[in-house]
Amino acid sequence: MHTRLLKSFLVALLFALSINASFAVKIEFHDFKTKQQEQLYLQLVAELRCVKCQNQNLAESNAELAKDMRDKTYEMVIKGATRADVVGYMTARYGDFVLYKPPFKAKTLLLWVGPPIFLFLSLFMLFKLIRGQKNQPKESLSEADRNSVRELLASNAKK
Amino acid sequence: MKFFIPLAAFGALVALLLFGLGNDPKAIPTPFIGQPAPAFSLPRLYKPEQKISTEDMKGQVWVLNLWASWCVSCRAEHKVLSRLIAETKIPTIGLNYKDYGTEDYGDEALQWLASLGNPFYAVAVDTNGSAGIDWGVVGVPETFVIDKKGIVRYKFTGPVYDQAVDEILIPLIEKLRKEEG
Repeated sequence: MHTRLLKSFLVALLFALSINASFAVKIEFHDFKTKQQEQLYLQLVAELRCVKCQNQNLAESNAELAKDMRDKTYEMVIKGATRADVVGYMTARYGDFVLYKPPFKAKTLLLWVGPPIFLFLSLFMLFKLIRGQKNQPKESLSEADRNSVRELLASNAKK
Repeated sequence: MKFFIPLAAFGALVALLLFGLGNDPKAIPTPFIGQPAPAFSLPRLYKPEQKISTEDMKGQVWVLNLWASWCVSCRAEHKVLSRLIAETKIPTIGLNYKDYGTEDYGDEALQWLASLGNPFYAVAVDTNGSAGIDWGVVGVPETFVIDKKGIVRYKFTGPVYDQAVDEILIPLIEKLRKEEG
């Protein structure tokens, strides 16, 4: 029984791994002078969006254009560019669209404050609903109702 | 009142989704409109020892068309673009993007122009695509209209079609030509 369980677990694991493998993208190997530059590069290619295949970042995409943009990012990073330099370069060409983390400004206000407002609003409504249920008047029986119940019980007891 | 709020919320959601349906996710707003054209100086296709640059085009309204021999929709666009250039006599630079001189395509660009015709004022060769990135290329073909002062005034993404030429590009070029340089 145990071996069967282990077997199915291994098959499931293998399956999961093969799915992962099919999504992996060949990424060029780059040499970095410092650990910081490597970190910055990895951060940037994860944060910048591929404009060709719009639901992927630069690191995930194997589009030709994404490769060019990665190369450009690498080139700038090893020359000592900061995060702001690279982001500035990309937004000057592709607009805020290229950022998966858009800047906070008037145009993106709703994008940033919308979800928290929505959350608070729904929590508020939820609490209001719960409290409303608690304060609902308990329906008490009228004296006539009680009498009819007593009569019913009494009639049943007689049988 | 009990039903009004959920109904209104539902209506708003439907309106939002309907609005989203009409949007083209591939049309990325370009930050270049109203900005100076990104400069380039690239070798010319037929005269590689000479260079063509954005500076050479100053003082006139001109068009930049990004194309490549490997781009299927460029082939579809070529006839329409040629008509635009013939009708308006607009000086047009064809920016040959990651095509001529690359490992994969060699001189296919020359064959392409020889068989389809060359409507361009000059063909600039951007082998490694760096000028393309400077112009914010997403996918060829892309067509830009630049005014006399060297400001980018319009971008057309994708292959230009007859209706766009007649209703957008020709009126725009005529309008820009009337502006002072």
